[in-house]
Amino acid sequence: MATVTAPARAPVGQAEGTGARAMRYLRGNGLLILGIAFIVLYCLFPFYWMIVSSLKVEPEIFQTGLIPRSPTMENYRAVFTQQRFHLALRNSLIVAGTTTVIALAVGCFAAYALARLRFRGKFLVLGAILSIAMFPPIALLTPIFELATRLGWIDTYQAMIIPYISFTLPLTVWILTSFFAEMPWELEQAAKVDGATPGQAFRKVIIPLAAPGVFTTAILAFIYAWNEYMIALAVTQTIDRKPVTVAIATFTGSSQFQQPFGTIMAAGVLVTIPLVIMVLLFQRRIVAGLTAGGVKG
Amino acid sequence: MTTTPVDQVEGARRKPGPAARFRLRDASEARLAFWLLTPTFVLLLLVVGFPILRAVYLSLFSDNRFGTPEFIGLGNYTRALFGNSSGEFWAAFGVTTMITAISVTLELLIGLGMAMIMHRAFKGRGLVRASVLVPWAIPTAVTALLWKWMYQPAGIGGIVNAVTGADILWTGRTWPSRWAIILADTWKTAPFIGLLLLAGLQIIPDELYEAAKVDGATAWQRFRRITLPLLKGAILVAVLFRLLDVLRIFDLPKILTNGANGTETLSLIAYEQAIERVRVHYGSALAVLTFLYIMLVAFLFVRVLGASVVKTQAREVK
Repeated sequence: MATVTAPARAPVGQAEGTGARAMRYLRGNGLLILGIAFIVLYCLFPFYWMIVSSLKVEPEIFQTGLIPRSPTMENYRAVFTQQRFHLALRNSLIVAGTTTVIALAVGCFAAYALARLRFRGKFLVLGAILSIAMFPPIALLTPIFELATRLGWIDTYQAMIIPYISFTLPLTVWILTSFFAEMPWELEQAAKVDGATPGQAFRKVIIPLAAPGVFTTAILAFIYAWNEYMIALAVTQTIDRKPVTVAIATFTGSSQFQQPFGTIMAAGVLVTIPLVIMVLLFQRRIVAGLTAGGVKG
Repeated sequence: MTTTPVDQVEGARRKPGPAARFRLRDASEARLAFWLLTPTFVLLLLVVGFPILRAVYLSLFSDNRFGTPEFIGLGNYTRALFGNSSGEFWAAFGVTTMITAISVTLELLIGLGMAMIMHRAFKGRGLVRASVLVPWAIPTAVTALLWKWMYQPAGIGGIVNAVTGADILWTGRTWPSRWAIILADTWKTAPFIGLLLLAGLQIIPDELYEAAKVDGATAWQRFRRITLPLLKGAILVAVLFRLLDVLRIFDLPKILTNGANGTETLSLIAYEQAIERVRVHYGSALAVLTFLYIMLVAFLFVRVLGASVVKTQAREVK
């Protein structure tokens, strides 16, 4: 037996036609293609259904057609006119944006130290930071609510930003540490040889190199803050301060007991699309950040 | 996970160099590290340490709506665990534990399947990875509303009932309500587990599989003897993170059922007592109990399964 069994995905000869090649690929990978189709359908169908429903109004929304027969932007108009959703978008941008900036501004120093410097107790510090990232927010809820009431901070941005630091900061430190640990450090050494202090090396060499990792971490921290619901539900009262998650869940329709699902789906699409675009643009880095951090969903 | 900071830091530390320069550098580096870490620790003490201590402190007082709160020691705890409110706590404890057990099992199985498929997918890997991130990126509150809409009766647009041909009042009765929460949670996080496990699969060397194939191992044997043992660490980390996450589940039951039909979770009852019924002190006790339960589960998990991982690896090295 001189011949070796061909591997399943052997390159196909040039002479073979495209059709035959496709057929052979399909035969060898039928199960795999089915699996991929399953994953894509599983992940995207509910999202697709959200988009489809947002384009339907009564009575068509009560039917389950997969393609809207008379698509309309009526729900999107209602999102901004009846529900004044632009306020919620503004609130979420302010809260999630500020949280992200604070977490990164503080966390990048800690991550640099953890990834780069040698000191005793490093693993204790990393362990502590990871376990803080895993703390259940319910344990912070009552003191935050009580303090916010006492300080007159109910229905303010700081009543959300401050507790959000509690989970975005440890997350930021953890993910950034893993990004920093993969950077080309020879360049920092070179700067030090040229007479730079550790502080200068950090500012002049490391920050520009670290920008992509920092940016990815910023996206992740922003998404976590943008998606928070429980604390925001407790500390906000008016439409002037409610973030998107709370605002959507309290949309009211014509009657108190009927939720206007068409409008809710439209707002859901508006809230999700920016995140989905970010995720699609930076998927490779985001997956690296998520798996390195092994963070909470 | 596969490339935790700890591993890489360990690697960086082993770099050789002149010993004398090391000692000088060590002192200045440790000083710099201290100053770089200080802001993070001060902030975490303020936004995590202080609130948690305050929650414990608050839980030791009674809720006196018209007077000053009275110190009652562990009174709120005995009331929640053994007193006339104990029914609510233990029901929530049971429901939370059950939802967690079922969700994490389902998510692990589906996630493992997804990881295996993604690992083998060469064409369309970008598409798959992008779609997998979509459920993760959707805010949980929006996920809950989306599924609430999909769970509607078929007659008013409910796609789940329309597709399955069933006519289940998903959020109207006990078990369908619980399954509604479990399925929505599974949809959102199974792909995420898939990503975590994919990272674990990618570091298993192909040579192992090739060698096993040459030795005549079947696909099932290769999965049992190579994939599972080498993926064990990644699986345990994913399961630990999901356990901690589902045990504190709030957004999904709050929006899907608001605790109706036997879906009161621990976070939900703590929230209801503290915020909606303005019993901040009793609510704090419930929150502290939830916190302790989650910490206990994490501790036991790491203690029991963490140790077994080390043992397995040690045996394989021999």
